[in-house]
Amino acid sequence: MSSFQGVDYYNSEILLAEDERLVRNTVREFVDDNVLPIIEKHYEEGTFPVDLVPKMAELGLFGATLPARYGCAGLNNVAYGLMMQELERGDSGVRSFASVQSGLVMYPIYTFGTEEQKDHWLPKLASGKAIGCFGLTEPDYGSNPAGMITRAERRTGGYVLNGAKMWITNGTIADVAVVWAKLDGEIKGFLVERGTPGFTAPEMKGKHSLRASVTSELVLQDCVIPQANILPGTGGLKSPLMCLSQARYGIAWGALGTAMACYDTALNYAKSRIQFEKPIAAFQMTQEKLVYMVTEITKAQLLCVQLGRLKDQGVARFTQISLAKRNNVYQALEIARMAREILGANGILNEYPVMRHMANLESVKTYEGTHEMHTLIVGEDITGIAAFA
Amino acid sequence: MKYAVCINHVPDTAAKITVGSDGKTIDKGGVSYVISPYDEFAIEECLRLKEKNGGEVTVVSLGSDAHKESLRKALAMGVDKAVLLKDDSTRDSFSVARALADCLQEISPDVIFFGKQSVDYDDSAVGLMVAEMLGLPSISVIVKLEIADGKVTAEREVEGGREVVETKLPAVFTAQKGLNEPRYPSLKGIMAAKSKPIEERPASAAPPKVEVLGMQKPPARLAGRIVGTDATAVPELVRLLHEEAKVI
Ligand SMILES: Cc1cc2nc3c(=O)[nH]c(=O)nc-3n(C[C@H](O)[C@H](O)[C@H](O)COP(=O)(O)OP(=O)(O)OC[C@H]3O[C@@H](n4cnc5c(N)ncnc54)[C@H](O)[C@@H]3O)c2cc1C
Ligand SMILES: Cc1cc2nc3c(=O)[nH]c(=O)nc-3n(C[C@H](O)[C@H](O)[C@H](O)COP(=O)(O)OP(=O)(O)OC[C@H]3O[C@@H](n4cnc5c(N)ncnc54)[C@H](O)[C@@H]3O)c2cc1C
Repeated sequence: MSSFQGVDYYNSEILLAEDERLVRNTVREFVDDNVLPIIEKHYEEGTFPVDLVPKMAELGLFGATLPARYGCAGLNNVAYGLMMQELERGDSGVRSFASVQSGLVMYPIYTFGTEEQKDHWLPKLASGKAIGCFGLTEPDYGSNPAGMITRAERRTGGYVLNGAKMWITNGTIADVAVVWAKLDGEIKGFLVERGTPGFTAPEMKGKHSLRASVTSELVLQDCVIPQANILPGTGGLKSPLMCLSQARYGIAWGALGTAMACYDTALNYAKSRIQFEKPIAAFQMTQEKLVYMVTEITKAQLLCVQLGRLKDQGVARFTQISLAKRNNVYQALEIARMAREILGANGILNEYPVMRHMANLESVKTYEGTHEMHTLIVGEDITGIAAFA
Repeated sequence: MKYAVCINHVPDTAAKITVGSDGKTIDKGGVSYVISPYDEFAIEECLRLKEKNGGEVTVVSLGSDAHKESLRKALAMGVDKAVLLKDDSTRDSFSVARALADCLQEISPDVIFFGKQSVDYDDSAVGLMVAEMLGLPSISVIVKLEIADGKVTAEREVEGGREVVETKLPAVFTAQKGLNEPRYPSLKGIMAAKSKPIEERPASAAPPKVEVLGMQKPPARLAGRIVGTDATAVPELVRLLHEEAKVI
């Protein structure tokens, strides 16, 4: 049982199947019991709660949409989304861990890998015995990954990698990195294992956001990997973008989780905080904020369920995922800010989750394609005119 | 070994409850329902017994179709079979116990588990009534259980301490918090439960012996009071706790 009763103004509960609700309720309870009690301390200390990894694995949270053959649950996309919603209601850093492990590491190995790679890595990643990371962004190439500098060259029996990646979630704690590099000018994916000579992954410090998550650089200096470590199915920018579509879809739901947490906190606070001899919920300006919040949460919920159903039918377009990621993260951030205002000075304290969510959402708004880039993606889709450059 | 757990589907303990317009039942609108928490200890204990000794766990619930949600969760936790005694009528504890006893008679389990109480009406009666109806020994409010060669040793919570009791199988047990830590259903378990059937049976009729005439919310809690700010207030505080609040 969770003390969080959800937010459901439009009875969207009836859009969910019994097993989808059970997945959500299970992860909700898990987050209440295992994430909320410890997360503020980790956030303050700037550490990722590694103890959660085996517990999340036992529940089946990694690669949850992949088939049972690899030790995965085979969830549909709506159940997967609800799982991400609840994880991020806990903390964006915890959800990021699951997104990277599932959407950015297991998915590309499953989609682009050989049978040997799948049999070797997927059960390990599903059981949390191995942790993965995804290296696309570089110091000089963020929104424009096509320009990446990291190179792979053929060498007898394998490849030699040179370059640097930056802002890589889980980098320092990863056993395997999915590294994107150009081979003969074409972007390919490579599996680089921890401890490979020439490969280091120092942690980046000084973050004011996503503090309960490990963010790292990946440094590749004449790093030699075996022939068997190329992901043969990859080719061109479209391959990493397919991975990002998976993760962005999860983020659209995850943002909803933070928004619900902030709204729930603000609503309860507004009903019990007395000023001028009334609960502050009695003032029109507070009500306006709360109504904005519940409206945007309701819209985002309907957006997510429909997007999930489209994805389950295999017809969701990446531009539709962009629209949802862009909208839901933007609105979640607005909602977090409003919740902070309603809480007054209390809003800045770690007794409430609001400020942490707000600071986290600044990263979420930028990674997996910035708000602006998603604007340009949808803009190009509806006008037929690319406005990137 | 055959194990059976009887579970109830009750309003979430965190739900805000209001009395319905008939004044006799609760308003179900917007209230989410869960497996009664003590029943989760009962499920977990049966799953552990099964994991240790082998066998089969059946979960039984009496009520409307809505109870399927809780039965499904039990299946997802690892229970083998689920039975819904389908019944939409209003029953008291006796009437529920009668129908469960009739069903359990057919299943004839070695171990029958209940939660020590269901957190909706809090009667704490059904498990022990069923034991009586089946003529079986019962151990209530248990916090520890060991079964070896048909001999049962259980610890029960009693005022200020624990009592160790023995009996033989078949027997009925009611679970208290502390017996174990219930597992979460895994996502794989949830997917596997989708294809496990829930068997529907009619619940045997048994006219209730008790009728609910009305329900009332407890009176709103009074505002707090500051008795004093230093040690001189202690005697007055003690007096109030004793005489007014009646907690010491
Ligand atoms: C905590 C965290 C974790 C991350 N984890 C990972 C990870 O695991 N793996 C990974 O590969 N990357 C990761 N990233 C990197 C992230 O994906 C990039 O930060 C993001 O793509 C933006 O790149 P940038 O930071 O270089 O910004 P830039 O690309 O330099 O953009 C700066 C600003 O310019 C705007 N801009 C850029 N181009 C245009 C344009 N054409 N038109 C209009 N505006 C434009 C952007 O929208 C942005 O506002 C992570 C980032 C963070 C903060
Ligand atoms: C870091 C920090 C340092 C501070 N330093 C000092 C200091 O040095 N000295 C000092 O005296 N104070 C200080 N404060 C306190 C600060 O001035 C108060 O937090 C501020 O006045 C708001 O009061 P509150 O936090 O109790 O919020 P509340 O008054 O409870 O307000 C909560 C919310 O309700 C809204 N609200 C309240 N009444 C109404 C109304 N009638 N109509 C519409 N909306 C309403 C508010 O705008 C707000 O959004 C500090 C606060 C912080 C965060």
